[in-house]
Amino acid sequence: MSAEAALTHGVYEPGAPEATNGKLAMWLFLASEIMLFGALFSSYIILRDAAPFWPKGWEVLNVPLATLNTVVLITSSMTMVLAYAAAQKGDERRLNGFLWATFLLACCFLVIKAFEYGSKFQHHHFPSTSVFYAVYFTLTGLHGFHVIGGMAVMLFILLGGQKGIPRPLFVSRIECLGLYWHFVDLVWIFLFPSLYLL
Amino acid sequence: MSDKEKHHVAQQHHHGPQGFIEKYVFSLDHKVIGLQYMITSLVFLLFGFSLIMLLRWQLAWPGRPMPLIGHLLKSSMPGGVMTPDFYLQLGAMHGTIMVFLGVVPLGVGAFGNYVLPLQIGAPDMAFPRMNMMSYWTFLVGGLVMLGSFLLPEGAANSGWTSYAPLSVQATAGQTLWLIGMVFLITSSLLGSINFIVTTIQMRAKGLSFFRLPVFVWAQFVTAVLLLLAFPPLEAAAVLQLMDRLAGTSFFLPTGLAAFGQPMAVSGGGQPLLWQHLFWFLAHPEVYVLVLPAIGIIGEIIANNTRKPLFGYRAMVGSMIFLGAMSFIVWAHHMFLTGMGPVMNAFFTTTTMIISIPSVVILTTYLISLWGGSIRFTTPMLFALAFLPMFGIGGLTGLPLGLPATDIHLHDTYYVIGHFHYVVAPGTIMALFAGIYYWFPKMFGRRMDDRLGKLHFWTSATFLNGVFFPMLLYGVAGVQRRLYDPTGYAHAVPVQPLNVIMTVSAYCLAVSQIPFIYNFFNSIWNGEKVSRNPWQATTLEWAAPSPPPHGNFDSPPRVYRGPYEYSVPGVKSDFVPQFSEDGGEPEEPRRKMASLA
Amino acid sequence: MSPQSPYGWWLPLNLSTLGPQLDRVFYIVHVFMLVLFVGWAIFFAYCLLRFRERGGRRAAYATDTRHLNTFLEIGVIAFEVVLIVFFSIPLWATAKYKTPSPQEAVEIEVVAEQFAWNIRYPGADGTFGRKDPGLMHSGNPIGLDRSDPAAQDDILTVNELFVPTGKPVLIHLTSKDVIHSFYLPVLRVKQDAIPGQKVAVWFQATDTGDFEIACAQLCGVAHYRMMGDLFIRTPEEFASWLKRKGAELKAAEKQKSAAKAADW
Ligand code: HEA
Ligand code: HEA
Ligand code: CUA
Ligand SMILES: [Cu+2]
Repeated sequence: MSAEAALTHGVYEPGAPEATNGKLAMWLFLASEIMLFGALFSSYIILRDAAPFWPKGWEVLNVPLATLNTVVLITSSMTMVLAYAAAQKGDERRLNGFLWATFLLACCFLVIKAFEYGSKFQHHHFPSTSVFYAVYFTLTGLHGFHVIGGMAVMLFILLGGQKGIPRPLFVSRIECLGLYWHFVDLVWIFLFPSLYLL
Repeated sequence: MSDKEKHHVAQQHHHGPQGFIEKYVFSLDHKVIGLQYMITSLVFLLFGFSLIMLLRWQLAWPGRPMPLIGHLLKSSMPGGVMTPDFYLQLGAMHGTIMVFLGVVPLGVGAFGNYVLPLQIGAPDMAFPRMNMMSYWTFLVGGLVMLGSFLLPEGAANSGWTSYAPLSVQATAGQTLWLIGMVFLITSSLLGSINFIVTTIQMRAKGLSFFRLPVFVWAQFVTAVLLLLAFPPLEAAAVLQLMDRLAGTSFFLPTGLAAFGQPMAVSGGGQPLLWQHLFWFLAHPEVYVLVLPAIGIIGEIIANNTRKPLFGYRAMVGSMIFLGAMSFIVWAHHMFLTGMGPVMNAFFTTTTMIISIPSVVILTTYLISLWGGSIRFTTPMLFALAFLPMFGIGGLTGLPLGLPATDIHLHDTYYVIGHFHYVVAPGTIMALFAGIYYWFPKMFGRRMDDRLGKLHFWTSATFLNGVFFPMLLYGVAGVQRRLYDPTGYAHAVPVQPLNVIMTVSAYCLAVSQIPFIYNFFNSIWNGEKVSRNPWQATTLEWAAPSPPPHGNFDSPPRVYRGPYEYSVPGVKSDFVPQFSEDGGEPEEPRRKMASLA
Repeated sequence: MSPQSPYGWWLPLNLSTLGPQLDRVFYIVHVFMLVLFVGWAIFFAYCLLRFRERGGRRAAYATDTRHLNTFLEIGVIAFEVVLIVFFSIPLWATAKYKTPSPQEAVEIEVVAEQFAWNIRYPGADGTFGRKDPGLMHSGNPIGLDRSDPAAQDDILTVNELFVPTGKPVLIHLTSKDVIHSFYLPVLRVKQDAIPGQKVAVWFQATDTGDFEIACAQLCGVAHYRMMGDLFIRTPEEFASWLKRKGAELKAAEKQKSAAKAADW
């Protein structure tokens, strides 16, 4: 074996390696998130499979609103991609613009969701009403928290919380945020059909 | 990471943090965080031990008032005799504290944090700030757990397994248990991401994966297990919180009663769902308990036999295989829940398969002794004791893994005996070994050897005195979690065993006094040591003892495998990984020159 | 208790027809474990003695004992395969799933609750009557609907399980509140009782005597007191017990309706 086999770097040069570290960490985090939502989806399947009766999603839930929400969230994923492209090019104005757009779309998503929840509560449908509603509120609620988490990070960046850090690192932060945001989008894309349509 | 901090990482060779708070409380240095983890988890271990000593009194002498403490804890122990409810709180919290606040934080949080960056030649963890947050969330989680004892109805009392529906009906302590758990899960998530990234990205030049010490491998596999196994428990905790607080019925079936009355819930849930989610975490978790121990043992055995570990690659392969398999054996805890025969056959088969890598690991260590020149230092004694103790613990897992024999043994003290042999005489011994071994690196001083040996022989004796009788007690069929076993006819003849166990547990407690004294006394008064007092080969011994902020004088480079001991033709009996020239050639008839 | 106690320092007395086979696996595994452990321990002790640090001797850089390892692992694997395929799984399948048909067996229903065992015999008609959770109260712990004709002759006991020898007993096990575990040490029976789920348990007893029912799963503060009595009787004694119970039930029923009539 050669003495210099497998050279790897330390962190001595700031910037680039930390950028890869961050990305790696984000992927690991997403792996754990997949396990989290995977467990919840499996629970959903098990509960539904064992239930003698399961309401049809499209009869009790508001499909048009949810479809609108799906469009909103997918659009926000697109603006996020554009924000990342702008960050790569170093175009700060466009970056800020697209990030704000993403943020506002996320707000929009939450507002629509709030209307949906509100009308459920009005009809006296609570998590405790049945296992169906328990699953519906818990899964969408947890997803909502993930949306809020992403929005908090966006706001932090938009308000200048990352000013002055080296560019490669900054770009990689935006990329990580994007990865996270696409993941949140993806979770919704699983949630939507499995709760509303199946 | 902020700009300031990044600058700080880059510059840490030159100026470390100033000021007491920044240096010792909210420190970003992996060594300080490691020590914080160590002290905290040792205190939690001691606390968990104290809980079980209270409980053991009731088991040995049911209904007899407990002297002293019985009078202090008036509300939980009226007249000096504990209530059945308090007994269950003690049991549940002992299990939880030992596993989640004691052994894992010590094995992973303390040793992983302190030793792993040093062994890979890194100046710190990849994300120092995340590392600090991991410790503080752990501490908050731990305090929430302990705080639940202060509630009027006391702490969680549904066992560390928190089986639903019992746990859904339980008192408020269970809510705090769940919240505490969410904190602990978050903490270990932050920690495990950090460990994985650090190991992959921050190895010194020349340190390829197959030159990593087994300890690093063990930590790496452990981190992967933590990363992937904990989230399902988080999901389960969220669902149980919903059941408790929002009135949902995830774990409550239709037509459920509570205390003789129909329960006002919608029903439609599945009690067994909780068990599947819980054990999906908790089985990998038991390997999280034992893998760091296995890593520590490897370092110490190589160092004290003065020869390379036998079968390094088989060892690494076994650990990875063990980690992967541990995700598909969980339902061996549920053989008697009425799962179908196919499920049982599957899980018994995977359970038997997973015992093979453990046999490989133990055997490689055993064979490593062959041909060595064994130094019986204190850490080595603890490390050697780990082997037969883990052997007993592992072997007693086999009859539990076969459904036919599990029918009689399930939920008896045989199970308790099985896993305590792995975690207490096994893992705890290994953790002690690690403390004695790395203490000189951590504090620049050695722990007293005579006291250490006293600690070893007494602990080894009394640990067996506590746990061997448990196996017999379980064979006789006595169930676990019994406040007063003597009501059962089958527990009466074996009641003397309970007295033996309790007396041994108290002697075990006394045996820890030399250790605690030795630990604190040696921090200030121990014999001073050089960088490499054990004449070891791995990278942590290249740094000063204790290592300064930033760890190494200059970024280390690695030229060889981790355990080059007694290399033929070399004068010294060890060649460190960081030694460029491979050691002075042997002179005739001379032995052992120490490399300062 | 009989002069020769059923319980001691080792496995409890074994009165189940399947018991000897279950215990045999127990012994096979333990002998295997013991042999492995002792073999290992001897090797271990030998190494510690022979290779302790002594002046002038250096450790060997390489070990040539690879074969030992491989042999051992293959041995262990082979043994485990045999154990699973030939002993554990077949036996498990028999013990848990070869349930006797209701015609050939004595059928009993056991409903666990905090902290008692509610035991029900179908009575003369051989069918269990309807239950309704809404009817549950302290006087009717399982919510039996006595208005159902099939339910009128159902015999209920609390914590007293009578079974005959020489005939398979088929128990329908469930729980009404939390998870319990139905444990009969002398019959090598243990099965979790889970609310919302019904599991069949069966055994056949070989000898008579008075023993205990234990609860093996933590079910709340009085888990430690959730015990019952198991009375194993000859078929004749069992039949006469059933008859007596049926008669008692009828008498009680009559008294009740008489009281009701008086109320009118
Ligand atoms: C670190 C912890 C740890 C480890 C490593 C293990 C290892 C194993 N465990 Fe254990 N187990 C627990 C912790 C652990 N367990 C806990 C905490 C519980 C109970 C939880 C609860 O209910 O509260 C439990 C419960 C438990 C059950 C459920 C029992 C029941 O509730 O009915 C089962 C069943 O299959 C099982 C099986 C096994 C098996 C087959 C292994 C195998 O991996 C073991 C493989 C090892 C070997 C086969 C040893 C080889 C050794 C030699 C060959 C001899 C060497 C001798 C010398 C050196 C002298 N375990
Ligand atoms: C890692 C896990 C772990 C560890 C180490 C232990 C250690 C011990 N356990 Fe524990 N135990 C569990 C995990 C563990 N246990 C679990 C999960 C359960 C099941 C709970 C349930 O039913 O839900 C259980 C249940 C359990 C029971 C059964 C209760 C019941 O069923 O009712 C008993 C009974 O004796 C017991 C005893 C002991 C004893 C005597 C020790 C001793 O070995 C303790 C020895 C401890 C030490 C040696 C620590 C020494 C510490 C120091 C010296 C600190 C020094 C401090 C400084 C320097 C500051 N345990
Ligand atoms: Cu019922 Cu324990
Ligand atoms: Cu397990």
